[in-house]
Amino acid sequence: MLTIAGLSKRYAKGDKALEDVSLSIPAGQVVGLIGPSGAGKSTLIRCVNRLVEPTSGSIRLGDTEITGLGGTGLRRARRRMGMIFQEYALVERLTVMENVLSGRLGYVGFWRAFLRRFPQADIDRAFAVLDRVGLLDHVDKRADQLSGGQRQRVGIARALVQEPDILLVDEPTASLDPKTSRQIMRLIVEVCAERQLAAIVNIHDVALAQMFVQRIIGLKAGRIVFDGPPDALDTAALTAIYGEEDWSRTIREAEDDAVEEAAAQDAARLVRAQATPAAVARAL
Amino acid sequence: MSANPAPARRWRPSPFIANPWLRYALLAGAALYLALALGSIEVNWARLSDGWARGLRFVSGFLEPNFSRRWDDIVQGMIESLTMTVTSTVMGIAISVPIGIGAARNVVPRPVYFMCRAIIAVSRSLQEIIVAILLVAMVGFGPFAGFLTLSFATIGFLSKLLAEDIEDIDPAPVEAIRATGAPWPSLIAFGVLPQVAPRLLGLSLYRLDINFRESAVVGIVGAGGIGATLNTAIDRYEFDSAAAILILIIAIVMASEYISGLVRGRVK
Repeated sequence: MLTIAGLSKRYAKGDKALEDVSLSIPAGQVVGLIGPSGAGKSTLIRCVNRLVEPTSGSIRLGDTEITGLGGTGLRRARRRMGMIFQEYALVERLTVMENVLSGRLGYVGFWRAFLRRFPQADIDRAFAVLDRVGLLDHVDKRADQLSGGQRQRVGIARALVQEPDILLVDEPTASLDPKTSRQIMRLIVEVCAERQLAAIVNIHDVALAQMFVQRIIGLKAGRIVFDGPPDALDTAALTAIYGEEDWSRTIREAEDDAVEEAAAQDAARLVRAQATPAAVARAL
Repeated sequence: MSANPAPARRWRPSPFIANPWLRYALLAGAALYLALALGSIEVNWARLSDGWARGLRFVSGFLEPNFSRRWDDIVQGMIESLTMTVTSTVMGIAISVPIGIGAARNVVPRPVYFMCRAIIAVSRSLQEIIVAILLVAMVGFGPFAGFLTLSFATIGFLSKLLAEDIEDIDPAPVEAIRATGAPWPSLIAFGVLPQVAPRLLGLSLYRLDINFRESAVVGIVGAGGIGATLNTAIDRYEFDSAAAILILIIAIVMASEYISGLVRGRVK
């Protein structure tokens, strides 16, 4: 789905943020992007939707070469990429519904958007994703009245209502408590599986990443230094990414967490399986 | 509590100007200038005692304001002034919002920014009275000149403050909406305007207030409204009528202050 080849980014001041990054993500795969602060994680996902302009290299989404697109072409490409942010990046003074519908702005003309006369099809889409993230009771609340976890659900709904091919997720749990963090990560991974979305998730919490994603990429000083399944992330790999430190506890905790999480997910799946036939089909 | 307290370490905030000679020289220079400037004001005590009596008559007019003698003129002037105020504020806002957005560095390309900033600079550098005199000469006496003057003045005020407010918004939601593939006008409508809406409303109400007060001033130079009535009353030494007009102006400004407070309280 997404193929990045030889991507480099050098900022005006001369700092090299990314150097010769190449990776390929198939539809439905969730990739955790880890690395120390300043390693270029944020720059990498912002290069994909060109909020940051790459210096050189190629980025292909499906058949579309993203680099070199201008104006309308770039906006069309961005419609296919949903983005989820660290501090939610909602428009605080707008309602939940307006925030979700803003995900359709790439498809709706200015006057319709300005007067809030969205097409019925878009409103149906918005209600569907709000139902999926569990916010149907908060449709007309203002975004600033929600808790952190609820706000991030709105952020996820805004990205999903675009009906994207890929999710770009920037530190989705950095401002959330541990329990909410897991719920949000679980939600992201589930919707990616349901809709066959590729996803890049920037994440600081290594244990949380190991718990949920299928593949981990480690970035250090703008270069990929690790690319593999979560269980391959051992002391040597973590040292390569973050530098020398006692990693034994991080890894062991992650394993414990993973066991707990698997149990929790099984339980949740069971409950849902009993609830609806559709969920049974999904669980199987 | 400790048996051997460490010797106290002195600390003072570092001075704004590091060089003490320069620091005290500037202070002394400022004091000297102030003394000389005060000394240069020539006060004509004889004229002051004459004027004192005239001032007293003016003030005593306030104690018995005469609403009846010029009532028809006052009503006519007030209606003109209020019409001028409302129309010029609406027109001014309609023009100011696009210019204000254009003058915000963070949402438009550089050339648009410089153009809009130039328009604001022109509007702000010409004082209302000067604009009014010019426009009275161009379009003749009457409230139309006042309407144009106040609309023009509103642009400088509202666009500048709106632009500064837009430059201070949270960039994260704007980035998020840009990432959805939204076109520029929708980006402004969803990412920018909701963030500045309460302030825009507050500024507009405040400007309505200012425009009403200014309508009295521009009337004095011939641009119609209550100012023209006030000018006539003062020219004819009818201080009791002038007092009535001033009291009405104060009452209306206070009422609008109260109402705008209520509205701003409701919109947060």
